[in-house]
Amino acid sequence: MKSINRISLAAFAAIAAGAAVANDSASPALDAEKVARGKYLVTIGACHDCHTPWIDGPNGPELDMSRMLSGHPADRAIASPPAMIETPWVVQVNDTNTAWAGPSGVSFTANLTPDRETGLGNWTFRSAKDTIRSGRHLGRGREILPPMPYIMYRQMTDEDLEAVFTFLQSIPPIENLVPDPLPPMVAQAQ
Amino acid sequence: MRALGFATRSFIILLAAGTVLASRPAWPAVDAAPARLSETGLYVPGTKRIDPSLVSFRPQYPLWSDGATKRRWLFIPPGTSIDAAGPGGWDFPVGTRLWKEFSYGLPVETRLIERLADGTWRYVAYVWRPDLGDALLAPADGIADLAVPTTPGGRYTIPSEDDCRACHEGPAVPVLGLSALQLSADRDPLVRHLDEIDPNELDLVALHEAGLIRNLPAALLDTPPRIDSASATERAALGYLHANCGHCHNADGALALLEMTLHVDSSVAEVRRTLTGVKSDFRMHGFDRRIVPGLPHASVLALRMRSREPLEQMPPLGTRFKDDEGIALVERWIREDLILAQGEANDEIDQSN
Repeated sequence: MKSINRISLAAFAAIAAGAAVANDSASPALDAEKVARGKYLVTIGACHDCHTPWIDGPNGPELDMSRMLSGHPADRAIASPPAMIETPWVVQVNDTNTAWAGPSGVSFTANLTPDRETGLGNWTFRSAKDTIRSGRHLGRGREILPPMPYIMYRQMTDEDLEAVFTFLQSIPPIENLVPDPLPPMVAQAQ
Repeated sequence: MRALGFATRSFIILLAAGTVLASRPAWPAVDAAPARLSETGLYVPGTKRIDPSLVSFRPQYPLWSDGATKRRWLFIPPGTSIDAAGPGGWDFPVGTRLWKEFSYGLPVETRLIERLADGTWRYVAYVWRPDLGDALLAPADGIADLAVPTTPGGRYTIPSEDDCRACHEGPAVPVLGLSALQLSADRDPLVRHLDEIDPNELDLVALHEAGLIRNLPAALLDTPPRIDSASATERAALGYLHANCGHCHNADGALALLEMTLHVDSSVAEVRRTLTGVKSDFRMHGFDRRIVPGLPHASVLALRMRSREPLEQMPPLGTRFKDDEGIALVERWIREDLILAQGEANDEIDQSN
């Protein structure tokens, strides 16, 4: 996709959140009601906007649901983070809306699918809850980076968080190894 | 740099605004923590003397805290004791309190964790006033950047309640520095201690004799526990990793899914198995193995210990500066002991073929 106004893309993503529809792939073993609630929350909570890659469709940017919630595509390597932009602009976003560059470095959106090696397949509900509540990876690692709005999501009830996690565990696993974030010094040096 | 500075400030403002707008999640409702350290039971009322009913202790493997010296005290309510019977760790009675004072020449902060009536734990911090007359309760969000002239770099971070939970609630029992190994009289001679020795401090046997712990296996009293290592270096290195990393990286806590064990309640063989040659979830400088025997510069574990870049550093919170002595110890273990151990393993394989 050609370089478009990245911020506009992000804004478009937010507006389009309501139209994002997840696949119906709930495991029969999972609580159907909880899965449905989680699917609803993931949709209106705009999770797709950043965690499902965008592609250039016939009518403009659209979610690539074949890679639903699988995060920044491993085949879209960011070899060279962008140069810092002039004030008052702060962040830059790539064309899949999954890589964000700013003062915090470059962050890549996570693979939320239940793939065991590259996604959340070996996570427990506690892993997810601790992450959102604390704003740290797995509740105790590095800080979660912008633009993940955990400050708002941490207000969710345990029940809603569990529904979201149950839904995410029900969707098709996608093998996609998301890169580690790049620290600011790396971004500046390149 | 001006542009970066502005952008950084903008981001901070955005994040700070979000913090203000969004109130913190509700933890169990309990009586509020005292506003002053002097009201927590640490001192004889009206004095700066430590209450004589408290126990002073000193873990043999201390946590690195940017060179702070520390003092620690334990309060067990009268008529109760720690139960050592459970397989999941020591069970501390309701009303247990532990204080830890952090000093850089002068006391800067005293932390208190307390087991509440509902069984949960409360974590609070008190910041010493410049006149050292008392220490005042810090906000639950902590203080990210406190000016303290005596600290390295002149800055200091008071942890948030979430930060406290991140480390203390990694394992099943949130008391980290008080265990059979940490209180063992068989002290590791390679461990450098910044803390002064308190002549009144209790070790494991003394704790037992004082009636403050029950159901302690007799073997631990007969033979003070020590890390069953292949060398003195390995003993000290694993003790260091146990104290600085094992509260999160253990076999049965919140991060068990990582299958990375630095808690030496597991066997040394198990610790080695989860480290040497195992692929790291985090890649750094092109390396992706937790430990490469013989090559600390290619071992992500050592690389992350060396880094103080927030995205990379280990431990992820609690320090601004790396621990050069601790790093040297762990790197010596990787460079000398693990390459030797790997050689022995290869010899065994060769002999069996």
